[in-house]
Amino acid sequence: MIRTEELLLNVGPQHPSTHGVLRIVVKLDGEVIKEATPVIGYLHRGTEKLAESLNYTQIIPYTDRMDYLSAMTNNYVLCYAVEKMMGIEVPERAQFLRLIVMELQRIASHLVWWGTYLLDLGALSPFLFAFKDREKIVDLFNELCGARLTYNYMRVGGVKWDAPPGWIDKVRDFIPYMEKQLQDYDRLVTGNEIFLNRVKGIGKYDAETAIAWGLSGVNLRCTGVKWDLRKDEPYCIYDRFEFDVPVGKNGDCYDRYLLRIEEIRQSLRILKQAVEQFPSSGETMGKVPRVIRPPEGETYVRIEAPRGELGCHIVSKGKAEPYRLKFRRPSFNNLQMLPKLLVGETMSNLIAILGGVDIVLGEVDC
Amino acid sequence: MSEEQKREESRPAEPEAARREDAAEARTGGPADARVENAGEEKRDEPAAEGGRETVTAREASGGGSAGTEAGQPAQPQPDAASDQPASAAGAEAEGKAAPAGDGDGARAGDGADAGTGKSGGEAADAGKAAVDPEREAKIRAAQEARAARLAAKAAAGAAAGGAAAGKDAAAAEPKPPSPKQPWLDEAVELLKTEVHPEAVEEATINALSDDMPTIVVKAEHWPAAAKLLRDHEKLGCRYLRNVTGVDYETHMEVVYFVINMETKREYAIKIRTDREHPSVPSAVPVWPGADWPEREIYDLLGIEFPGHPNLRRILMPDDWVGHPLRKDYVPLDPEV
Amino acid sequence: MGFDLESITPEEREELSRNVLLTSLEQIKAWARSHSMWPLTFGLACCAIEMMGTGAAHYDLDRFGVFFRPSPRQADVMIVAGTVTKKMAPLLRRLYEQMPEPKWVIAMGSCATAGGPYVRSYSVVKGVDQIVPVDVYIPGCPPNPAALIYGINKLREKIRYEAKTGKQVTNR
Repeated sequence: MIRTEELLLNVGPQHPSTHGVLRIVVKLDGEVIKEATPVIGYLHRGTEKLAESLNYTQIIPYTDRMDYLSAMTNNYVLCYAVEKMMGIEVPERAQFLRLIVMELQRIASHLVWWGTYLLDLGALSPFLFAFKDREKIVDLFNELCGARLTYNYMRVGGVKWDAPPGWIDKVRDFIPYMEKQLQDYDRLVTGNEIFLNRVKGIGKYDAETAIAWGLSGVNLRCTGVKWDLRKDEPYCIYDRFEFDVPVGKNGDCYDRYLLRIEEIRQSLRILKQAVEQFPSSGETMGKVPRVIRPPEGETYVRIEAPRGELGCHIVSKGKAEPYRLKFRRPSFNNLQMLPKLLVGETMSNLIAILGGVDIVLGEVDC
Repeated sequence: MSEEQKREESRPAEPEAARREDAAEARTGGPADARVENAGEEKRDEPAAEGGRETVTAREASGGGSAGTEAGQPAQPQPDAASDQPASAAGAEAEGKAAPAGDGDGARAGDGADAGTGKSGGEAADAGKAAVDPEREAKIRAAQEARAARLAAKAAAGAAAGGAAAGKDAAAAEPKPPSPKQPWLDEAVELLKTEVHPEAVEEATINALSDDMPTIVVKAEHWPAAAKLLRDHEKLGCRYLRNVTGVDYETHMEVVYFVINMETKREYAIKIRTDREHPSVPSAVPVWPGADWPEREIYDLLGIEFPGHPNLRRILMPDDWVGHPLRKDYVPLDPEV
Repeated sequence: MGFDLESITPEEREELSRNVLLTSLEQIKAWARSHSMWPLTFGLACCAIEMMGTGAAHYDLDRFGVFFRPSPRQADVMIVAGTVTKKMAPLLRRLYEQMPEPKWVIAMGSCATAGGPYVRSYSVVKGVDQIVPVDVYIPGCPPNPAALIYGINKLREKIRYEAKTGKQVTNR
C-alpha cells in the first residue's frame, strides 16, 4: 500500500517568477492544492507612516516606488487628491502631458506584465521583446523627466518639466511602431496551442464573486462587468477622447490576457488623439501657493491604474503634512481572492493564475 | 426696581423652559455643568445644568446686592472670554443644547453670568447702564431668538441632513445650493433610521471637498445590520466595497468604508467611531468579503479589533511584531537597525 | 639541456612574451570565476525591474557571462536589488548561507546600501550590510542599467585583484 500525506510547500519569497517577494504556503495532495495562504509584508516599507511627516511634494517620490511599474499613475493620484481638496486648476498643456505620460505608462506596464507572464509559463523570448519595446518608452520618459523608473514627474498643480522640442513627434512615431509589434506578438503567442492549453479555462470566477471581493481593473472586467474609472468617473481629460473599454466574457486567465493586449491597443488609440490635440504652447504648472496646505477635511479620489482602481484617501488637518494618507492599492485588494481561486488547482496552474492577477509587491505591501 | 422685578420674574420662566428642553437632551450637560459650577464658584454637586443655574440664580438673589455683584463680577470674565455678549437665556440654552459642548460651555457660563449680570445690573450702581440695558438686551435677545429658532429647527430635526445643511448654511451666512447628492444622503439616512435603528446614525454630512460624497457616521453596534441594508436594499444596493481606511485621531479611532452601487453610481462613505483603549468595530466581511485583507491591515497597523472577521492576524508586519505602527503614539523598539 | 635564463636573446624574449603566460593558479581561478558570475535572482523591489532590464536584450548581461539562476545552490553572487525589510532579513541571511563558497554580494540601489529613502521607516533594515558582508555598493534609485554593469565590472576587478595580490579588500 502506498501511504500518501499532505505536503506543505512554500512557494517562497524568493522565486524566479518575477513578481517580487510574495510567499504562498501551499498544502498539497500530490499535485493538487488543498489550501493556499498568501503571506505578504516582505516589502512593507511604511510609506503611510512616513507620509505623516512629509509635505505633499515630498511624498510624490514615495508614490513612485509603490507600484514601480506604473509610477506615473501613482504620482497622479496623489496630485489629483490634493488638487481636488484645494480646488486647483491644472492648465491644458499639463493635462495633456499627464494623460500622454499615463497612457504610455500603461502600455509599458502591460508590456512588462506580458513579458513576465509568458516567462512564468515557460516562453523565454517574449520577455526580451517586451523589454525591448519598454526600453523605447523608457527612453521617452528619460528624455522628458530624467528618470527611467521612478519619475517624480507630477506636482500638485501640473507637471515639473515641459516636453522638450521634438518629444511629441517621437511619441507620434512610436504609435505605429507599437501597433505593428502588437500584431507580431499576437501571431507569436495568442494563437499558440501550448499557451492556450495553459491558460484557457483556468482561474474562472464570475461577476458576483468579483464584485463581492472588491476586485478592480482587468480582473473585474474579464467577468463581463464594464467598469473602467476612465469612463465611469472621468478624471484628467479622459472624457475628451474616444476609446473602448474591452470587456471579457468567461472570467478566466485567457480573457485577462486578451483584455490587457486590447488595452494596449486602446491606449495607443488615446495617444494618437492626444498627440493630435496637443496644445502647442501653454503653462505646465497652475496657480499653486508656495506652501501646499489643503483645507481641513478629507477626500478620497480614485483613478484607473493599469492594475485596477488606485485610490488615495487623505485626511488633512490644514497643515502642510497629511494627518493620514492611505492608498487603496489595487494589487492588495485583487490578491485577497487568491486562496479561493487556488483550491483544487494544480501547481502549474498556480503560477498561471498568480501571473494573471498582475500584482506588484511594492503595491501590495506599500 | 420694577425692571429688576420684571427681570426676576422673567428669569425663572426661562430656566424652566430650559429645564424642559434640557431634560430631553442632557448629553452635553457634563462639561458645561462644570463651567457653570465654576461660574457659580461653589456648587460642585449639581448634576443638571438647570439645577446649577437655578442655584446660582437663587444664591445671587439671596446674596443680595453685593453678593450678586461679586458673583456677577467673577462670572463676567467667563462670558467675555467665551461669548462676547450677555447672552439671552433662550438663545443661550438652545445654543447650548444643539451645538457641541464647547459652545454649550460658553452659553451656559454666559447664562449663569447673565443671571448674575441681570441681578447686578438691576440693582448695581450703574443706573445709566440700566437704562440702556433693556433696549440692548431686547435687540440681542431678538437676534438670539432668531438664531435659536433656526438651531432649534436643526435640533428638532435630529440628525437629518436637511436640517444640518440648513443649520450650516445659516451659520455660514452664505446660501449654498444643496448638493445633487443630498437626496441620496437623505434616503440612506431615512432607511437606516427606519429599518435598522432610530439611533443608528450619528451624523450625516456631504463632504464638499470630495465631490460631495455623502458621509454617514454609524454607531458601531448597528454597523452589521446597516451594512446588510446598504448592500441588499433595492434603493441602495451598494454591492461594491472600494476601500476601508482606519484613522487614528488622538481622541478616538475611526474606520471608514467606501461603498458604491455600480449601476446607479450611488456612493457612500460610512464612518464608524470607536474609542482608543479597546477599539473594536464589527467586521464587514460577512457582507462584503472584499473587506478581508483591508481589515486585517487596519488591525495590524492600528490595532482595531474586528469581531466577526474569519482570520484576524497580522498581515504586513512579522507575526511577532510588538505594537501597532500606524498609531500616533507608536515608538519603535529598535530604531537603530 | 642547460637552459639558462640569461642566455635568452631579446627576439626570443619577445616571442615568449607573446605566447607564454606565467601566472598562478589563484589568478586563473579568479579569471574564470569573474568572467562567469551567476547571480541569484534576488529582486525585491523597483531595482529588480532595472536588473531585469539589464538582463534583457538592450543592455545584455549574458555577454558578460552573467546568467541568472533561481536557486542559491547554483549561484555565486547575490545581487540584493531593493529594500530589505525586517521581515525579509532572516530569509536573506538564510539564502546567503545556502550559497556555496566562493560567494560575493552586490548591494544594488540606495535601499540595499543604507536604507535609501526609507531610512526613517520602522520596518526597513538600514543597509543590507547589517546582515551579509557586501563587496560592491551601487548607488542610485534605481541605478541605471549601465551603473549595474559598472558595478558588476567592479566586482570582477575586485575578484581578480584579490587573487593577484592575495589581499582581502574587505573584512569577512
